[in-house]
Amino acid sequence: MTISNQPTAGFIAPPTLIDDYRPAPGVFDEMRAADGSLRPHWQYLLEALRGLGPGEIDSRRREARRLIRDNGVTYNIQGDPRGMSRPWELDPLPLLIQGQEWAELERGLIQRAELLNLMLVDLYGERELVRRGLIPIELIHGHAGYLLPCHGVEFSGNKPLVLFAADLTRTAEGRWQVIADRTQSPSGAGYALENRIVLSRVLPSLFRDSHVHRLANFYRGVRRAMNRLAPNQEDLARIALMTPGPSHAAHFEHSYLANYLGFLLVQGSDLSVRDGALWLRTLGRLERIDGLLRRVDDVWCDTLELREDSLLGVPGLLAAVRAGNVVVANALGSGVLEHPGLMARLPKLCQHLLGEELLLPQVRTWWCGDAEDCAYVLANLQQLVIRSLDDLYGAGHVFGHALSAAERETLMATIRAQPTRFVAQEDVKPSTAPAYLDSRIAPRPFVLRSFLVGEEDGYAVMPGGLGRLARDPETPIVSNQLGGLGKDTWVLASEPERQETLSIGSDRTVPAQLQDSEVSSRVADNLFWIGRYAERAEGLVRLLRVTILKVSDRFNFTDDQEADCLRSLLRALAHQSQAVIDESQVWLDDPAPELLALTTDSDRLGGLPQTLQALIQAAWSVRERLSNDTWRIVNDIEKRLRRLTRFAPQALGGALDVLDPLITSLVAFSGLTQENMTHNEGWHFLESGRRLERGANLARLMRATLVVVTSEQEENLTIEAVLGVTDSLMTYRRRYQGGTRVGALLDLVLQDETNPRSLAYQVVRLQHLLAQMPQCGLGPQRSQGQKIIMRLLTDLRLAEIDQLASAGANGSRREALEQRLITIEAALASLSNALTAQYFHHEERPHHLIEPRQGITQ
Amino acid sequence: MKYHVKHVTRYVYAAPVSLCHSIAHLKPRSTPQQRCLTANLRISPWPSVAREHRDLFENRVNYFSIQQAHSTLEITATSEIEVQAQQLPPFDVTPAWEQVVEQLRTDNDPECIAARLFLLPSPAISQLKAATDLARESFTPGRPLLAAAEAFTAQIFEQFEYDPSFTTIATPLNLVLQHKRGVCQDFAHLAIAALRGLGIAARYVSGYLETLPPPGQPKLRGADASHAWFALFLPGHGWVDFDPTNRCVVGDQHITTAVGRDYQDVTPVRGVFYGGGAHELTVAVDVDRLTPATIR
Repeated sequence: MTISNQPTAGFIAPPTLIDDYRPAPGVFDEMRAADGSLRPHWQYLLEALRGLGPGEIDSRRREARRLIRDNGVTYNIQGDPRGMSRPWELDPLPLLIQGQEWAELERGLIQRAELLNLMLVDLYGERELVRRGLIPIELIHGHAGYLLPCHGVEFSGNKPLVLFAADLTRTAEGRWQVIADRTQSPSGAGYALENRIVLSRVLPSLFRDSHVHRLANFYRGVRRAMNRLAPNQEDLARIALMTPGPSHAAHFEHSYLANYLGFLLVQGSDLSVRDGALWLRTLGRLERIDGLLRRVDDVWCDTLELREDSLLGVPGLLAAVRAGNVVVANALGSGVLEHPGLMARLPKLCQHLLGEELLLPQVRTWWCGDAEDCAYVLANLQQLVIRSLDDLYGAGHVFGHALSAAERETLMATIRAQPTRFVAQEDVKPSTAPAYLDSRIAPRPFVLRSFLVGEEDGYAVMPGGLGRLARDPETPIVSNQLGGLGKDTWVLASEPERQETLSIGSDRTVPAQLQDSEVSSRVADNLFWIGRYAERAEGLVRLLRVTILKVSDRFNFTDDQEADCLRSLLRALAHQSQAVIDESQVWLDDPAPELLALTTDSDRLGGLPQTLQALIQAAWSVRERLSNDTWRIVNDIEKRLRRLTRFAPQALGGALDVLDPLITSLVAFSGLTQENMTHNEGWHFLESGRRLERGANLARLMRATLVVVTSEQEENLTIEAVLGVTDSLMTYRRRYQGGTRVGALLDLVLQDETNPRSLAYQVVRLQHLLAQMPQCGLGPQRSQGQKIIMRLLTDLRLAEIDQLASAGANGSRREALEQRLITIEAALASLSNALTAQYFHHEERPHHLIEPRQGITQ
Repeated sequence: MKYHVKHVTRYVYAAPVSLCHSIAHLKPRSTPQQRCLTANLRISPWPSVAREHRDLFENRVNYFSIQQAHSTLEITATSEIEVQAQQLPPFDVTPAWEQVVEQLRTDNDPECIAARLFLLPSPAISQLKAATDLARESFTPGRPLLAAAEAFTAQIFEQFEYDPSFTTIATPLNLVLQHKRGVCQDFAHLAIAALRGLGIAARYVSGYLETLPPPGQPKLRGADASHAWFALFLPGHGWVDFDPTNRCVVGDQHITTAVGRDYQDVTPVRGVFYGGGAHELTVAVDVDRLTPATIR
């Protein structure tokens, strides 16, 4: 947005925007220099913002929030009541860095990555650095990140550090300095991309005119690097991204990156090591995996040779890596570089390994295993941050100044007793950057995480990175866990760059065949249940709606004849929600509490909230399989669910107000999965789940409503209600002017193969779907599921409607119908079991062999 | 002395196992005192993959994986080893232990640097002050290192009871110390914890001990066991092995399989399997001296 095309005249220029922008003394601020002047490269942005005005900026920020919510960008924080869906928060102002300055920073980052990579190669190989005492052996082996079993593993391409990230802030003089290295499995590159996408959409003109360096090439570099390092060079490599699972804080990023990079998203339990190689367990087949981009910390990756108590890894993975049959990035064991004490040695190591000065300043660090360092630390405890190695990867730390005299004494004694276990660092005050908070721009502590990828000809830096701001100006360390704000970082180019995206086909290293047909058993299982839960929820909402309407009517016109119809509907609801109900008058006299509970009580087994929750959870576990639009609907459903349980309606009328829009969302969800998902293996399972559930629902509904014979008048009401639930009222009226009513109804909802709401239709669809599923090892034989369906369909087709519609010997029940429906329900249940047994067979959790004790004759 | 060792490890499962990955430290390494002449590993059923590599301590590590359904897994390691007794200086002329502690701490000779790894706590041996306090009974001020170590070996032998029924593989060291009971594995861990606490580098040795039947009786087959002891580092000399379970300096009746920080670095067999359910382990070891008549 340029100033020239904004009608600034007549606008009350908002001086308040930055007039009281006062950075704290002694810290560097990105926008305002110590003398109070604005740094020139911010002028353009500020003028544009002034042009927009606070109202417009607020509206852009709301737009950003909406995009983030719609895209499902979340960051989970343990214990957050918002659970899985805490939205990522983004500051609407980008951080601006001039191209020239960036180039210098880039050189420093590249040098650092190369240095760390060489160190890693040496530490797990020749160990010359240890032998010559350049890295004290106590320093390396005192850190839980050095994984002994990884010693001697040859690193593909000599590049164990494929991805590297550094957390940066500025010194008071404005020099960038590293405060932490991220080498294990650096996270945040996905959030950085999402920040960019959102911000470039809410500030399009400003973004265009600022000539910002694009990010796409970085991600292309990640893909190139993985493809290059993967062992299978004849065919195109198959790469997977390994996530700990949907409960992980950054699961959003895992699925987002997997989709963007075109990698399969897998969990440890999807994988298996066989023939010394890594395989993905798909539906009855194994597919070779050549490269694994892991988001699981290395110690958890292999229960055979690394941590035995891990549930996240793949037994034998390290053996497969050692055999050179799969590449893992970053290499197993790379977490050791996160040892903060290594920083103290980097200047010397840089001289030794590269023959250069360390270019990029870093936070001053002392390792207490070094006698001189230790003496300094003990003498200056108050000014330092003390990190203990016994918190893995230095996560735990104390500020020297925050300790009481007694605590300080205790800590000093502990350090003296075990000096090698402690590292001290200068207490760095993060530099500040402008943040847009409460319609004002204010300086806030800022940390930039910068990302690098190791390519064939060296490391490449993402131009930009993931900025993080602290809300509280006093926060000493900026962290996602502290609830920070994300910030996009714009590296300003002197001239515009060609627009690039990561679309498939623009890159030769992309597999020609799409990988989305490879569905693991776990994914197929989840998709099947998404289908079932979505349909179950929709059926439940429809039934609730019809019942609630009936109840409201009944209170208006006291009519005993309605009692039977209502009783049938309540019975149907009970069947549907698998609740045990007492069919006595009590329920019937005042069904409102029960109906409200089914609608809003999240503790109610089989009630609507639980069904929706199950749907959302299943959707979360296969997030990467759902399109953005579908995901938006899932978010919508989740939002409605939250409102449903938080602001539960107290009266039935209120319940209707929430049920109506919910139906719309659920129908939209079905429509999108039908229209926006490729009808591949995964979709067949989702669709089967839906059809199976709808069939079972119909059978239950008919059994609850049509088996008991009532007077003609009552029956009319019941039929109308059933037609309402099945959305078949119009067809019924058009088709059947007269005739036996129950017979006509059965014709339409039981036997008519063209009515998408009939039972027969579901069974025909299931037969078709099952035929498309992979039949492994069965040859020409039919699977168990196919046999069940065949029998079911034949029985349905041969059924005589007249016979089913007529009452049994005593005239009060339609026994033939009841029997038929019970058989159908049982058949559908066994179909579900058959599919589970054939396709969703998860290999059970592995066990460990008893280890022989020495010195005992066993 | 030459030996033939046969070590059979057998797992029997209640139900078939579909897939098994395993790591074995069963092929004897070479040391200054021993040469491994032959070493074989036979795995039944036949493994789909079998590979050998060396770990950081130069031990021989065998990975194998079985991909066919099986209810029994049998790993048979056979080897021929030639062993010599350690050539040691007279214990009384070795440097005082405090002096060794100081030298180890400061000397930047590569051997010393490498030995310092064995000063640090390890997966199965954390710091245990009570063990170090116990060792001070033998490590009196100024005492020559090897004399003190020999005394400490005797001290463990006298103060602790060999009791296979007391400890399991998971018994923590402080319980061993508290109840003064255990097996060779526990005694080795205890001694290592004590020495590291003093500042002496100590490591775990896994192997075998030749046992002889009572005079006049034939040797029973399969009745031997794998064995474990500890070694400490004497700068300028190297590693010196002591066997607290048998109150002796290791001679030519001890055969080394592997060395590590503790048992977990050198577990004879570890593995992960799918299916199977409950399983049982039996181990049979035969250590036979090869006399000229038996040498083929």
